[in-house]
Amino acid sequence: MKILICISKTPDTTAKIAFAENNTKFATDGVQWIINPYDEWYALVRAIELKEKDPSIELHLINVGSADSEPIIRKALALGGDEAIRINSDSADSFFVAAQIAHAAKEGAYDLILTGKETIDYNGSSIGGMIAEILDLPFISHAIKLDNEGSDSIVTREIEGGEETNKVSMPLIISCQKGMAEQRIPNMKGIMGARTKPLKVLEPIECETLTSIVSFDLPPAKSGVKLISPDNPEELVRLLHEESKSI
Amino acid sequence: MSVLIFIDQAEGIIKKSSFEAASYGAQIAISMGTSAEAIVVGKTQDDLNKLGSYGITKVHYIEDTNIKNYDAQVYTKIIGDAIEAIGATVIIFSNNTSAKAIAPRLSVRLKAGLVSGAIALPDMSNGFVVKKSVFSGKAFAQVSILTAKKIISLNPNSFNIIKGDGTAEIVAMAANVPSSKIEVTAINKITGEIPLGEADIVVSGGRGLKGPENWNLVTDLATALGAATACSRPVADIHWRPHHEHVGQTGLAIAPNLYIAIGISGAIQHLAGVNRSKTIVVINKDPEAPFFKAADYGIVGDAFEVVPKITAAVKKLKDIS
Ligand SMILES: Cc1cc2nc3c(=O)[nH]c(=O)nc-3n(C[C@H](O)[C@H](O)[C@H](O)COP(=O)(O)OP(=O)(O)OC[C@H]3O[C@@H](n4cnc5c(N)ncnc54)[C@H](O)[C@@H]3O)c2cc1C
Repeated sequence: MKILICISKTPDTTAKIAFAENNTKFATDGVQWIINPYDEWYALVRAIELKEKDPSIELHLINVGSADSEPIIRKALALGGDEAIRINSDSADSFFVAAQIAHAAKEGAYDLILTGKETIDYNGSSIGGMIAEILDLPFISHAIKLDNEGSDSIVTREIEGGEETNKVSMPLIISCQKGMAEQRIPNMKGIMGARTKPLKVLEPIECETLTSIVSFDLPPAKSGVKLISPDNPEELVRLLHEESKSI
Repeated sequence: MSVLIFIDQAEGIIKKSSFEAASYGAQIAISMGTSAEAIVVGKTQDDLNKLGSYGITKVHYIEDTNIKNYDAQVYTKIIGDAIEAIGATVIIFSNNTSAKAIAPRLSVRLKAGLVSGAIALPDMSNGFVVKKSVFSGKAFAQVSILTAKKIISLNPNSFNIIKGDGTAEIVAMAANVPSSKIEVTAINKITGEIPLGEADIVVSGGRGLKGPENWNLVTDLATALGAATACSRPVADIHWRPHHEHVGQTGLAIAPNLYIAIGISGAIQHLAGVNRSKTIVVINKDPEAPFFKAADYGIVGDAFEVVPKITAAVKKLKDIS
């Protein structure tokens, strides 16, 4: 069985969010890059857990990105991926990225394709669904549990106000979120081993984009907090009722 | 070239966020000089006529016994066919879990550019540019949709409902329903809870509450306010509260009218998911807690003493009004 895990490179969660070139580009100066947490903590770690139960499973990683992505790909290999593919291109828009991954996925004949539920930079939550439509495969989003039973996947997903468990025969695409697995730290053996694991670089396929980012801006700063005495919390309720009209 | 709004239901009842999407779509239709129509898939218990008061002139209702479970692949085919038949060019979703599964599929199927997480009306003065939330609420991006057909998925609580006195015509629409490859084996509903993503008021607790046994502080205040409950990441990680309550950069991003944070320090990753809330109240015993910088109102004090008094004052207010 082969699992493909999509990993995206995102700024560290504490990175300063600022923009350059007339607010058209994210300012990358001094930014630390990480594997998108949803891809790493949930999709990748769950795939590693499945492999721990069944060592015959092969775990392949895929990233659409320039050579700058290699450190995060190596980290994912250190955590437990077997090999990786990098599609050598900046990510133009979600459709472009999904088309690249779908193309590579078709070549690789994967049983499962896992993504995070969204990236923490563009918050598109689109890649998994787009890959699924391109490949005409079932897609389960917001999954919080995943197990395999023979040729079926048993996936529990979050629905508004609850959870739903689905049985789907492979292949399929799943987007993963909290609940799936717990964050892991790569160990020394993993880090050493990752250096020699195969990382294949492929050129992108020809593909159009459907959207483009025109500019960025930052939210206005808050005007300052109004402090209320802890001896008079009733005053807070009055302000919320009469001033901000929130209650 | 109409605007088509996907109306989402929970147990056959139209969700509040769908009324926001309807109002939003109706405004776009006015700017484009066209009509706003809605599509409802699956059996409804609700009165579809009332969509008229949100600016919808026609509701396409697809009710077919072959639509058994919610499967994005099946819905995409049904909605995609309907869009072709209706001739809609702009398609609006509310950006919830169902939209996040259907909209990207539909984008590929129709070759229609998708902006998910929109927070304002499109600017059509130069192309078709939609403002969306990025970096988990820390910034905004203006995204241009380059294709003839366009899909927008609107963030809940980002657009005010506009109500008028219009009426909608309901038309039954036939569909060619493909069989689902997904078999639902179990459904576990948490009943009686207000869905966090749509909630108007959210009361949230952090590690400052010391343990799950103290959560009545949060839930009592939430009940008094008719609010949903949330928590910081460590609180969910150590299983004091369920995972779905985790808000922040790696949990749910929310934008309620009022967010009350109790015993939460206000780490940057937490703020990312809540800073689009209209009014933020922080209760923390540490005057240096970073959350106060992002707050509108604050009380520096011990939550165990302050919160029950707030709850009592809220109850009093509700009794009077
Ligand atoms: C990659 C990454 C992603 C993350 N994503 C998220 C996320 O999505 N959401 C999130 O929340 N966090 C996230 N975090 C964690 C975040 O950095 C903080 O650690 C976390 O938000 C802190 O939770 P807390 O405020 O509940 O706890 P603490 O930081 O321990 O703060 C507790 C607060 O309670 C106050 N307090 C204590 N006793 C009382 C009392 N009696 N009365 C009043 N106040 C009291 C204290 O003064 C303190 O400010 C992430 C971290 C990383 C590295």
